[in-house]
Amino acid sequence: MTARTPLPWRAGAALTPRSATVWTWGALLVAALMVLPLLSLAWTAATGSAELWAHLFAHVLLPATQSTLLLLGGVGLLACLIGTACAWLIATYNFPARGLLQWALLLPLAVPTYIIAYAYLDLLHPLGPFQSGLRWALGYDSPRQFRLPDFRHLGTCILLLSLVLYPYVYLSVRAMLVTQAASLIEAARSLGSGSLDVFFRVILPLLRPALAVGVALVLLECLNDIGASEFLGVKTLTVTIYNTWVTRSDLPGAAQIALAVLTVVFLVLSLEAFGRRQRRYAAGQRAQAPSRIDLRGWRAGLACLCCVLPIVFGFVLPLLYLLTVSARRWRAEGLSPQLLESAANTLILGLTVTALTVLLGLVVTYALRLGQLRRRPLLAQIAQRVGSLGYALPGTVLAIALLVPMAAMDEFVGRTWLLGGLAGLVLACSLRFLTIASGNLDAGFARVPQNLDQAARSLGAGPGGTLMRIHLPLLRPALAAAAMLILIDTMKELPASLLLRPLGFETLATWLYADASRGSYEEGALAALMIVLIGIPGIVILAKLGLRSAVRSGGVSP
Amino acid sequence: MNTFCKWVQSALVVASLLWPVVGSAQAATVNLYTTREPGLIQPLLDEFTRQEGIAVQTVFLSAGMLERVQAEGARSPADLLMTVDSGNLLDLVSAGLTQPVSSPILNAAIPSHLRDPAGHWFVLSLRDRVLYAEKSLTIKDFRYSDLADPAWRGKVCIRPGQHPYNISLIAAMIAHRGEAETEAWLRGVKANLARKPAGGDRDVARDILAGICDLGLANAYYVGQMRNAPEGDPQREWAQAIQVVRPQFSNGGTHVNISGAAVAKHAPNRANAVKLLEYLLSDGAQSAYAKVNFEYPVKAGVELHPVVASMGPLSADPLPLAQIVAQRKAASLLVDKVGFDQ
Repeated sequence: MTARTPLPWRAGAALTPRSATVWTWGALLVAALMVLPLLSLAWTAATGSAELWAHLFAHVLLPATQSTLLLLGGVGLLACLIGTACAWLIATYNFPARGLLQWALLLPLAVPTYIIAYAYLDLLHPLGPFQSGLRWALGYDSPRQFRLPDFRHLGTCILLLSLVLYPYVYLSVRAMLVTQAASLIEAARSLGSGSLDVFFRVILPLLRPALAVGVALVLLECLNDIGASEFLGVKTLTVTIYNTWVTRSDLPGAAQIALAVLTVVFLVLSLEAFGRRQRRYAAGQRAQAPSRIDLRGWRAGLACLCCVLPIVFGFVLPLLYLLTVSARRWRAEGLSPQLLESAANTLILGLTVTALTVLLGLVVTYALRLGQLRRRPLLAQIAQRVGSLGYALPGTVLAIALLVPMAAMDEFVGRTWLLGGLAGLVLACSLRFLTIASGNLDAGFARVPQNLDQAARSLGAGPGGTLMRIHLPLLRPALAAAAMLILIDTMKELPASLLLRPLGFETLATWLYADASRGSYEEGALAALMIVLIGIPGIVILAKLGLRSAVRSGGVSP
Repeated sequence: MNTFCKWVQSALVVASLLWPVVGSAQAATVNLYTTREPGLIQPLLDEFTRQEGIAVQTVFLSAGMLERVQAEGARSPADLLMTVDSGNLLDLVSAGLTQPVSSPILNAAIPSHLRDPAGHWFVLSLRDRVLYAEKSLTIKDFRYSDLADPAWRGKVCIRPGQHPYNISLIAAMIAHRGEAETEAWLRGVKANLARKPAGGDRDVARDILAGICDLGLANAYYVGQMRNAPEGDPQREWAQAIQVVRPQFSNGGTHVNISGAAVAKHAPNRANAVKLLEYLLSDGAQSAYAKVNFEYPVKAGVELHPVVASMGPLSADPLPLAQIVAQRKAASLLVDKVGFDQ
C-alpha cells in the first residue's frame, strides 16, 4: 500500500463523486427525451421500403443536394461575413451611433424567414414599389414594357436568409470579443500590429468556437427552412422530405430522408468539435473589453454604414412593409380580440419554453463541464451531442416524430397530458431549441478557466455550489444570449405549434399561417407585425442585460 | 423495477397535474379538426352553435392531421375531421380513422359519386382548377393538354408542381391519359414556363398583370377572393388583369378537388358531429359556405356567389375521386422525374 497524497483538485472532485454523477444522469435523461422521437422516427423509417431511393438517386438527390449545399454555403459565408464584420467594428472602434447599433444589429432576429421572403417578394415584384419607381424614372408606364429579370431563385434566397440569420454569428462573436479577446488584442496592438493584422492573425483563430456556435445555428435554421424556399422556388432536401410525406403520403420515406440528412449533420458537427478538441480557449488572464479606437471622418462614416445596412435591409424595410400592409388591413377589418389572445398565448409559450430550455441546457452543459474536470467527459459529451439534435431536424419532422412517444406517455400516465396539451407543445419546442441553450452555455463555460472550479472545490464547494456561486454569475451573458434567442425563436416557431397545439389555442404564428392559407400573406400582416414587434422588447432587454454583465463579469480575475 | 415504474408513473401523474389539460368530452360540444382555415367557416359554426346549442371547438392543422389523430388513438378528442384535399380525406379513411355514418339528409344532399357508399366520407364543396389568362387573349374551348402547346412558350406561370393542387390535377391527367402521355404533357408545360414554379395560385394573376406571363393554372375561388378584397388592396387589380376559363379534359369535365369531412372513429361526440355535418349541407349553410369562400356548392340548386355564377355552370370531371387519388403518388414521382420544380 502506498500512501499517496491526492492533488488538491483531485481531492475536491473526489469529495463529491455522487453529486457529479447526478448531473451526468440528468444530462443523459435530457438526451433520452431527444432519443424518443429519434427512435420513433427510425421505427417509421424502417416500416418503409427502400424502393424510394432508386427514384431519389435518379431524379431528386443530385439537384436537391446541390441547391441545399449552395444555399448553406452561401448563407453560411454571408452571415459569417456580416456578423463577424459588425461584431469586430462594434467591439474595437468608436464611431457615431455605435451604442445604438450594437443592439440594433440584433433586430433582424425578430423577422421570421418566411416573412422576410414574402416582404421582399412584394417589394421587388415588377408591380412593387422598387420597380414601379424605376419605371417611373425611366419613363415606362407598364411592366410589359420594362421589368427586371425574375428574382425568384437561389441567389435571392441566400441574400434574404443571411439578412435575418447573421445576428446568430454577430451575437456569439461579439460575446467572444468583449469578454475574452481583449487582452490579446491589446498585446498584439502593443507589438505594433495593424488592425487588420490583429484581426486575421490573432482574432480569427480565436473566434472558432464562437463562429462554430453561430454558424451552426444559421445553417441548421437555413437547412430546415420551408417558407422562404417555397416563395422563392428553391428545392432543398427539406422540401423533398416534405413532398415525400405530404404529396405522396409516404411518411416512412420522408423519415428515411430526414434521418439521412440528420446523420450527415451530426457527422459534420461532431467533426468540427473533434477538430477543436485539443485547443483551449479559456481566458487564463485578466479579461476585459478592449479599449476602443476612435474613428473619425470617412472611416467613422464607413464603419457606421457597415453596421446600418444589415439593419435597414434585414429589419427596417420588412418592418415598413408590414406596417404599410397592416395599416391597410387595420382600416378594413380592425383588430380582432383573438389576435390579442394569440399574442398573449405566444408570450406565455415563449417564456415557458425559454425557462425550461435554458434549465435543460444548463444541466447538459454543466454535466459536460464536470465530466471534463474529472477527465471522464464521454457520457456527458454524448448526452450533449444527442440533446442538440432537435434543431437538426425540420420542425415538422420533429413534431411528427414526437406524436407517438407523447401518446405513449399519455397512456402511461392515464390522461391526456402531452399530446394535444400545452405541456407537449412546450416540450417539443424545448427539444427543438435545446441546442441553442447548450451551444451558448458551452461556449460560456469554455471561457471560464477550469482552475476556478478547482479552487472552489478545494474550498469545499460541491458542484451545485460551484455552479450557483461561480458559474452562474460568470455565465450571465451566455444565459442572456441563449434566453433571448430561444424566446425569439419560440415566438416565430410554426410547424410544431401548428401540429401539437391544443384545441382552441392559437399563437401568432399559427394565426398568421391560418390567415395566410385562407387568403394571402397580406391578410396575416397584422399577426406578422405583432410577431416582429413582440420580439423587439425581448431583444432590447436581453441584449442590454447580456452586454452589461459581459463587461462586468469580464473584470473578474481568478 | 416494478416499484420504480410505479414511482416514475406517480411522478409523471403529479407533473401532469401541474399542466393544463385538454377538456374531455362534454355534453354540448363538438371538436373539429380541420385543414380548412376555420376563419372561413366560423360564421357557419357560430350559427350552428346558436341553432343547436352545441359549442364547436376547432384546431386548424396543416399537414399531419392523420398522424396526430392516429397517435391520439382512442383518447382522441376529435369528432369531425375536415380536409380541403381529396387525397387527405381518403387517406384518413384508409388509415381506419373514420367511422361510417348513415344519414338520409346527407344522402339526399350529396350526389352519390361525391360521398362514400359506405358513409365514411362526404364532400362539402368543389374547388375547380381553372385557367387564368391575360384578359385581352381570345381563348375558347381550352383543354388542360393545351397548356403544353408550344404556342405558349415562355408564357406560363404556375405554383410548384409538388403542391397538392397540382398533384391532384396531374393525377387526374394520369387517370385519363396514362403515365407516358402525362409525362410528355408535363415536359411540354415545363418548357412553356415563364419563371420557376413558385409561390401560390394568386401569384399567377399577379404575374400576368406584371407581364411575366400570359396564362397559368389556379383554383377558381381565388378569383372571388381577389375581386372581393378590401378597397385599396392590390389584389383587386390582379383580378382585373385576368379572365377565367374552365379548361376541360377530353371527356368534357373540368378538374375539381374538394373540401370534405368524415366522422372520427373514436369521436366522443358522434351525434353532434353528425348534426354539424348535416347542418353544413343545409341549403342555407351550403349557400353561405359557397358565398364566403367562393367555392362551388356540392348541393344542387343552391344560390351561387355572383363571381362564381359568372363563370357559368360547372361541369365537373365525373371520374370517381378514388381513381384520381390512386394516381397521386405516380403524379408526384413524375413531377420529380421531369424536374418540373427544378
